[in-house]
Amino acid sequence: MEINISNLNKKYGDQIVLNNLELNIKGVHSLVIIGPSGGGKSTLLRILAGLEIPENGDITINNKNLSFNEVDLHNYRKTIGVVFQAFNLFPHLSAINNITLPLEKVHKIKKSEANLRAKTLLDRFHLEEHSHKYPSQLSGGQQQRVAIARAVALDSQFLLLDEPTSALDPALTSEVLDSILELKKEKKDLILVTHEMGFAKNVADFILFIDGGKILESGEAATIFSDPQTPELKEFLGKTLKY
Amino acid sequence: MKIKNLFYAKDDKFDITLSAKIVNTTLILIIGIIFWNYAFNRLNYESQGLSVFLEFKYKFIFGFFITIMISIFSLICSLIIGSLLAMGQKSRFLPLHYFTKIFIETIRGTPLIVQIYLFFYVVGTALNINNRYIMGVLIMATFSGAYVAEIIRGGIDSIDKTQIESAKALGFTNFQKYRYIILPQVIKRVMPPLAGQFASLIKDSSLLSIIAVNEFTKNVQEVDSITFTPIENYAVLALGYILLTYPISHLSKKLEKRFSYGD
Repeated sequence: MEINISNLNKKYGDQIVLNNLELNIKGVHSLVIIGPSGGGKSTLLRILAGLEIPENGDITINNKNLSFNEVDLHNYRKTIGVVFQAFNLFPHLSAINNITLPLEKVHKIKKSEANLRAKTLLDRFHLEEHSHKYPSQLSGGQQQRVAIARAVALDSQFLLLDEPTSALDPALTSEVLDSILELKKEKKDLILVTHEMGFAKNVADFILFIDGGKILESGEAATIFSDPQTPELKEFLGKTLKY
Repeated sequence: MKIKNLFYAKDDKFDITLSAKIVNTTLILIIGIIFWNYAFNRLNYESQGLSVFLEFKYKFIFGFFITIMISIFSLICSLIIGSLLAMGQKSRFLPLHYFTKIFIETIRGTPLIVQIYLFFYVVGTALNINNRYIMGVLIMATFSGAYVAEIIRGGIDSIDKTQIESAKALGFTNFQKYRYIILPQVIKRVMPPLAGQFASLIKDSSLLSIIAVNEFTKNVQEVDSITFTPIENYAVLALGYILLTYPISHLSKKLEKRFSYGD
């Protein structure tokens, strides 16, 4: 995937969240964003998901300019898949119907084909025996894997994952991370915000370190973790790797 | 079976055996009968028994039937009015937003009896609607609709924000979001309070007797002005309303189960 961002600004009230953010990447399959809480990484992801409108700035994704008019945004959202921290699934629908509903209603895919696609994905993420359970009957990790399956089913140009494991305990975290690693192996384009540094190292083709609304450092995982340049990243890595 | 099991639920899930159900219900009914029997005996009231009811059976049944008809139409209209008001409250068009807000607060904050007089004598006259039954249904539906609107709005607001966000991220249109995500969940959540509201609506319709709508309460009052047997007459009245309201709460529990998912 190719992403070019220039001069991106976002404020919430008086608080500046993204401050003239610039980014130019090309040929990256998995982009991982790390950084301290409140640094702006989730906001960047939400703007890329078409859920938040920046004050100003230009975003081009795969050579297409992102327009922030509501009609264009709506059409843009259909082309991407998003997984949030928690409660992604609709509680009144079974796992399989959570996957097929957007396929049938938003993407106008025939019921039989939507079902087939959902079944294939549930198998792939080892959820076949849970396909007719409701979200309340699934563990947090299973819920997140169904949410990932739903995002993948859309056949989107890329996936956005906003701290998909932050609401899970460690045992459940690993099964979700396994699913994401699976996607990486297939060279599915994805952008992931995470606090799991070890996993970031494993999954990332390219890492962005965001703090204070700017990208302070970026590069390949190996260099970022072994040779941090800025004091902010040194401090951040020191804290997160301390225990 | 131990005696204790007859009178204590095993846990707070209340899986009660049939025998325990029968024993406890009968017990409470007997206590009730003893209490009222005692109270009436102290009153020195000469009971006429069922004779009044049998003599004026026609009026009782006629009134009961009118109350059923008024309730059914008011119920349907109040659902429509309530849904429209709830939509108005959710509207981003501010005049509509504030109209519904003020309207709902006014209706909920004033006594029904005032609304009945005001709507019937002022609005009804102004709009040239003389039919008491149509006005009665409209008044009850408006009154109840304000409450229904608040119930529906509360139901919509109780849907988790991440779900709304998920629906948006998945590319659902606003209409699809309501149709496939919000409403199916809201229906389940509003069922119990709606049932309560509809039971209230049926009972509150008795107030329509003040504008001479010939419903259940009005008929019973007329019979009473002839026979002077208030206890027998009002007992029939109470029984009649229970016959109408109990099935509603029962049906709501059934529907709630039908709409339940996984919990």
